[in-house]
Amino acid sequence: MTSAAGRLQKAFLSPAAILMLTTLAIPLGVIAAYSFMTRGAYGGVEHPWTLENYTRLFDPLYGAIFLRTFWISGVATVLCLALGFPLALFIARSGSRKNLYLSLVILPFWTSFLIRTYAWMFLLRDTGLINTILQGLGLIHAPLPMLYNDGAVILGLVYGYLPFAVLPLYATLERLDATLLEAAADLGANPMTAMFRVTLPLSMPGIRAAAILVFIPCLGTYLTSDLLGGSKTILIGNLVQNQFTTSRDWPFGAAISVVLMIAAMGILFAARREGEELL
Amino acid sequence: MTDAILDLRNVSKQFATHRAVTDVSLSIPRGAFFSLLGPSGCGKTTTLRMIAGFETPSSGEVWLNGQRIDHLPPYRRSVNTVFQNYALFPHLHVRGNIEFGLRRQNASGMDDRVTRVLDQLRLEGKESRKPSELSGGERQRVALARSLVLAPDVLLLDEPLSALDPQLRKQVRAELKDLQRRVGVTFLFVTHDQEEALSLSDQIAVMNRGAIEQTGTPQEIYQRPRTRFVASFMGAMNWIGDVGVRPECTRISREPPAGNSARPGTVTAATFLGSYEHIEVELQGGGSVIAQISAGENGFETGQTVYVWWNPSDELGSCS
Repeated sequence: MTSAAGRLQKAFLSPAAILMLTTLAIPLGVIAAYSFMTRGAYGGVEHPWTLENYTRLFDPLYGAIFLRTFWISGVATVLCLALGFPLALFIARSGSRKNLYLSLVILPFWTSFLIRTYAWMFLLRDTGLINTILQGLGLIHAPLPMLYNDGAVILGLVYGYLPFAVLPLYATLERLDATLLEAAADLGANPMTAMFRVTLPLSMPGIRAAAILVFIPCLGTYLTSDLLGGSKTILIGNLVQNQFTTSRDWPFGAAISVVLMIAAMGILFAARREGEELL
Repeated sequence: MTDAILDLRNVSKQFATHRAVTDVSLSIPRGAFFSLLGPSGCGKTTTLRMIAGFETPSSGEVWLNGQRIDHLPPYRRSVNTVFQNYALFPHLHVRGNIEFGLRRQNASGMDDRVTRVLDQLRLEGKESRKPSELSGGERQRVALARSLVLAPDVLLLDEPLSALDPQLRKQVRAELKDLQRRVGVTFLFVTHDQEEALSLSDQIAVMNRGAIEQTGTPQEIYQRPRTRFVASFMGAMNWIGDVGVRPECTRISREPPAGNSARPGTVTAATFLGSYEHIEVELQGGGSVIAQISAGENGFETGQTVYVWWNPSDELGSCS
């Protein structure tokens, strides 16, 4: 590459680089620094440097919250894949209507996630639409407890992140060579066998990408669990939020964030090492 | 027709926008190397796909080994296909590809059958390679092995040589013929290359615009074409009125030959092609012909007046 082209390349890349540096790298550095400091009396951070914020995390109370978060995120991810795969397959085989269906998948993004989560509350709560109808029909006599539990949180996560599963799955399935399925049928595989022996193995890159795109954001979620979960359904995201707000313990909140980030990067790294390509 | 393994009876295929195959009837003898030959878009691939089960005929019947199969899905038909791009499973190694069909049948003696086919197709030592690690010729042999290991009643080959480079094609062509003799499986070979069809086949059906123009041995098709299309498609052809004469049968000389009626003309081009020359002659009274002569035979020059003639026995008849 000539130096002129090199300079041009740098010139065009620099806005993005500056943006990433100022909005991502520096705040992350600040968070990392805070996590080794002492809490201030009214929030903020003070000296001296300490490791105490990290040692506190060994409390089983926090371990339970981490486990619960991973468990709920894992269930939501599996459900997103299970629901998203057939949907993505259907769209990929819809010929000229592909784009219409894809826009429908993306349509929910036109509304704020907060509003959509409130909508679920209106549907699920004791005096909500579903319970009112069921009671009106005489099918139940007392409202079903559908809100403020783990189930509601998982429902909210699956609803919110399903498009993130569908899109990479679609991208993989759409590229899948249809002749390979003909070859499978030709060699005696019925449609079910062809699905499990050909389509599914060849979609692994998309499945991996979908799993990561759903699982990682689920780990950091706090809105869904805050609104749809009960007081017992506290996730890591809520824990972090509490430290920066009501508890006024910024260093501890920062330490939790750092640990969560390292866990997420570990998962990404593991997925990358197993597969040849990621995303 | 008792020894026909595959029978197509008045098969037609109508797509939404066009008619791909019209009233095709074929009878393919057991153990034959049978070619479906025609230009692209002539319906030969659609015909093959109806036999494989990827398309359903709009009308007509397909019989395999005395059983009507046109309503069966591909996975219930004892025919296998070698696809044009081979369609090897990229996530399986060579052995996995070859075992794919056997596993669906829960076949016994799988290892022996795989070993035999690996040997037949010179693929020993490549068992654990992925398709992406194979050469074009090796991929083609894996595609053949994967199908032949199932001992199908008929092997369908959809332009299997077209993905190979020209150098390799001739060599693989000879191997293919040899393989078919050794395994004794009926081959139905689809191609647009008349040279391939002529050199490989026991019988050829020439297709044009969704219909079969002529069926016969390579010699019959080449020497006694029944339609003008077949005559032209099977090789270069000079048309003098309704009479067709192949360039290699067209003679030219400086003096009118004795005993033969010759047509005078003017040489418009002489093209040297290695072992032979093409002399293009503009006939007096219209029309032009090409005569193929041995190189260095006579040294015709542009502008020269020559006489064009041929032996009446070399005439391909007045084709309709």
